[in-house]
Amino acid sequence: MTITEMPFKPYAPGTQPGNDTPAYRSTGLRHPTQSLLRIPQSVTELSGPQFSPAQYPPTANIAVNDGVEAMGERIIVQGRVLDEDGRPVAGSMVEIWQANAAGRYNLPRDAHDAPLDPGFKGIGRVFTDAQGGYRFITIKPGAYPWGNHENAWRPNHIHFSLFGPGYATRLITQMYFPGDPLLALDPIFLATPDAAARARLVASFDLAVTQPNWALGYRFDIVLRGRNATPMEDGDDHH
Amino acid sequence: MTTTSQTTASQTTASQTIGPFWHLLEDKSWADLTRFGAVGEVISVSGRVLDGGGAPMSDACVEIWQASPTRSDVFPGFGRSATDAQGRYAFKTIMPGAVPMVGAGNSWQAPHFAVTIFARGLLFHLMTRCYVAEGAALAEDPVLGMVAPERRATLVARCRAPGDWVLDFHMQGALETVFFEI
Ligand SMILES: [Fe+3]
Repeated sequence: MTITEMPFKPYAPGTQPGNDTPAYRSTGLRHPTQSLLRIPQSVTELSGPQFSPAQYPPTANIAVNDGVEAMGERIIVQGRVLDEDGRPVAGSMVEIWQANAAGRYNLPRDAHDAPLDPGFKGIGRVFTDAQGGYRFITIKPGAYPWGNHENAWRPNHIHFSLFGPGYATRLITQMYFPGDPLLALDPIFLATPDAAARARLVASFDLAVTQPNWALGYRFDIVLRGRNATPMEDGDDHH
Repeated sequence: MTTTSQTTASQTTASQTIGPFWHLLEDKSWADLTRFGAVGEVISVSGRVLDGGGAPMSDACVEIWQASPTRSDVFPGFGRSATDAQGRYAFKTIMPGAVPMVGAGNSWQAPHFAVTIFARGLLFHLMTRCYVAEGAALAEDPVLGMVAPERRATLVARCRAPGDWVLDFHMQGALETVFFEI
């Protein structure tokens, strides 16, 4: 009797933000008004894309571009990608993107009045190792204004995109920095109800990651959905 | 069940919006799932992403995943498309076949894509499906069968010409797309 893949666990209550979040104005015309339809996890949801470094080349050091060093505070961001049971997610593609040290994205659609940096594109990609570990070298992104409300500023953040083992584990999130006074004012950060879940979005400063005379180190672990504890055997018709 | 390399259990990291500046990630070639040399029945899947006021969402990221044909070195099964100023996304891919429905007897699912929509204003991505099928296969699909009959059309692409499938996604309104919790 073969054991098939086990369905992914539901998210713990309060740990995910709701799309109907009025304090974040852009949600107004974009959140569904009908309740989500719960469907079983079939082969479509249990399987997912797998990326190879050959077809999706990694770039771990984004603090330099075409030989030009980026302006700003060089940092190391490293951590592990785990599932909810603490098992490493190995060989998984991790993408990041972020503003430069002045708080400007290297994109035509970013009209913020802050300088662009020829040393910084702001996009990185790595694959996790056997322990789920990943590591980027980048610069600390600047805060930037946005039009959500009067005098609104996004806290310093790095965007993360992860896939994990299945379509159901897809995650896009943001990493924040410890001690940022803007966190308490940010409707995107605050949209997650559970305070502990919000706290896990904040990286920790780590002297062990820090390299002397070169770069400060931050640790940011990411947890993807885990699987239910009971294996599902072929022939059973429960799910 | 024995657990081997267990360390500390934790809860899933919170999702956050992809924001308006995700295009740094964009690689236009990713919208073509045939780019690594896959062979088969090539089709296009396209449409628009519209907000509750009917306005195009010109900053969305649409991703598709298909379990059929099986992923390989020449077929990623996964694609990503940015929406343009008209809110339009577009993919080129290989026509999926039917896939089995584990746990629901011996039923089969009609050919479909899993669709994920990320955008500014979405704190958690929206998940839906795009069926590329007609007739009996749709009528017998176990997931479509869970959808209220009057809303099923929001998940079914229209075949505009041979190999040219079209489906719009509506965040709100009378045509609001059926979105899933998985
Ligand atoms: Fe941002």
